[in-house]
Amino acid sequence: MANIITDETIEYVGILAKLALSEDEKKQAKKDMGRMLDYIDKLAALDTTEIEPMSHVFSVQNVFREDVVTNGDESEKTLKNAPGEKDNMFMVPKTFD
Amino acid sequence: MDILAYSAVELSAAIKAGKVTAVEAMEAVFARIDEKESTVNAYVTIDREQAFKTATITQEKIEKGELTGMLAGVPVAIKDNLCTEGIRTTCSSKILENFVPTFSAEAVLNLEKAGAVMIGKTNMDEFAMGSTTETSAYGVTRNPWNTDHVPGGSSGGSAAAVAAGECFFALGSDTGGSIRQPASFCGVVGLKPTYGTVSRYGLVAYGSSLDQIGPLTKNVADCAAVLEAIASHDTKDSTSVERKDTDFTTALIDDVKGMKIGIPRDYFGEGLDSEVKDAVFAAAKTLAAKGAVVEEFDLSLVEYAIPTYYTIAAAEASSNLERFDGIKYGYRAASYKGLHDMYKKTRSEGFGAEVKRRIMLGSFVLSSGYYDAYYLKALKVKAMIKKAFDEAFAKYDLILGPVAPTTAPKIGESLSDPLKMYLGDIYTISVNLAGLPGISLPCGIDTKGLPIGLQLIADSFQEKRLIQAAYTYEQTYSKEMR
Repeated sequence: MANIITDETIEYVGILAKLALSEDEKKQAKKDMGRMLDYIDKLAALDTTEIEPMSHVFSVQNVFREDVVTNGDESEKTLKNAPGEKDNMFMVPKTFD
Repeated sequence: MDILAYSAVELSAAIKAGKVTAVEAMEAVFARIDEKESTVNAYVTIDREQAFKTATITQEKIEKGELTGMLAGVPVAIKDNLCTEGIRTTCSSKILENFVPTFSAEAVLNLEKAGAVMIGKTNMDEFAMGSTTETSAYGVTRNPWNTDHVPGGSSGGSAAAVAAGECFFALGSDTGGSIRQPASFCGVVGLKPTYGTVSRYGLVAYGSSLDQIGPLTKNVADCAAVLEAIASHDTKDSTSVERKDTDFTTALIDDVKGMKIGIPRDYFGEGLDSEVKDAVFAAAKTLAAKGAVVEEFDLSLVEYAIPTYYTIAAAEASSNLERFDGIKYGYRAASYKGLHDMYKKTRSEGFGAEVKRRIMLGSFVLSSGYYDAYYLKALKVKAMIKKAFDEAFAKYDLILGPVAPTTAPKIGESLSDPLKMYLGDIYTISVNLAGLPGISLPCGIDTKGLPIGLQLIADSFQEKRLIQAAYTYEQTYSKEMR
């Protein structure tokens, strides 16, 4: 099934993953992903028609609490980690013209 | 007595008895770090000044009787994917080169409360993706037993630090074997708890449904003490489980009489090194001689664990790592044209090859048109694997097997063939898929002089059984080794 990985697939996955790959990286990714998916295709041999998908091993329930702020203002400390900061806000590149 | 020869629990007892101080213990650790670190490279970040400051304060509190726990005054190393307030946390990635968390992980806070003193942050595979600690952006960690070999991974820095005496114990994280396998390769004890036992709050997520934090220690008694300290119910982690039975040190009993232990035949097939096989079977004999009822059985589905794991882990990783976008923290590309170009360049320059490989695979298996065939299929097989374990634990108290097919490979041998490297995870990953606890402990040394690990697996919430059997085995094994 590895033939499903075309150059277009790699381009598309690059968009989904927000990664800009070099030509060499694309070639390598096509090879690696094809090989890995060939291997994962093993799973197709198992009959899973009656099986419910299991996302968590224990039944996970919503954990509710009152909507009360428990932490203090940490904006100064938090913004120290930001690559760009202005007037107590994150600075981002222009998003539209 | 040489301070570094103490186990963590012994050291704390010696400090409380006034035989040694927390500061002297820290001095001994740093003397060893100065001697070994240039070759081993177990740490990414060391905060010497803070370590001594905290050790001094801790010593005073112990003298005043304010700190009485089993780990009070003991120097600890923390894997670099656990957030530590005010101390850089990189996940061994360039993208988090300058990230200084504003809070500490719950497990780290629990250790602080217990009086353990942090030395620094240990090296790992980038974002915990890897089995050798070679994918770190901060250099490879070398195995203290033979520095031409890898320490295993992803918690390779933690395992190497314990083995080299560069700390008294360490914390690691285990998504597919990342505590147990490096523990095995470095000849130390490592435990992955039942999912939900240790809060994941402050652990930088890789595969959230599989990740657990756990101890890497010199022996089983330390392992039980550390687990007892870090296990807690935490409302900040919605998958945290409220457990009443976290007094794990009560299980340090030298007795396995009547304990039923199953050995999966499917763990001893092709690909398993014969020396590893012999050592693991010898360990089973030791436990049988101590009164355990040991028999072989068919676990089934073992060959499906790796494809299932890599589908689920990659899917969760691709989602979890979306947060690294050059906006709120971490690296941002120097030049770009607009927002999307900035995202792409930042991520492409900030992540290493293995991380990109898994993000790409994860994005693909979650993409429209392939979600059912890959991701959903894997979740269904996961349910089947869990059922196979449920059936096994209806018959047995414990499952016994190897940790990895071989001992530690040479540096540079693994990364060229990712699929081959993934196959080395065969005995550890199903434990994460099923949320079970597993322990790795030394059971021999091969002809190359490298440690061999034994793995014991228990049903969910049965860590005490694991600890009791591991402790019993260790009593005999450590006598034989003397």
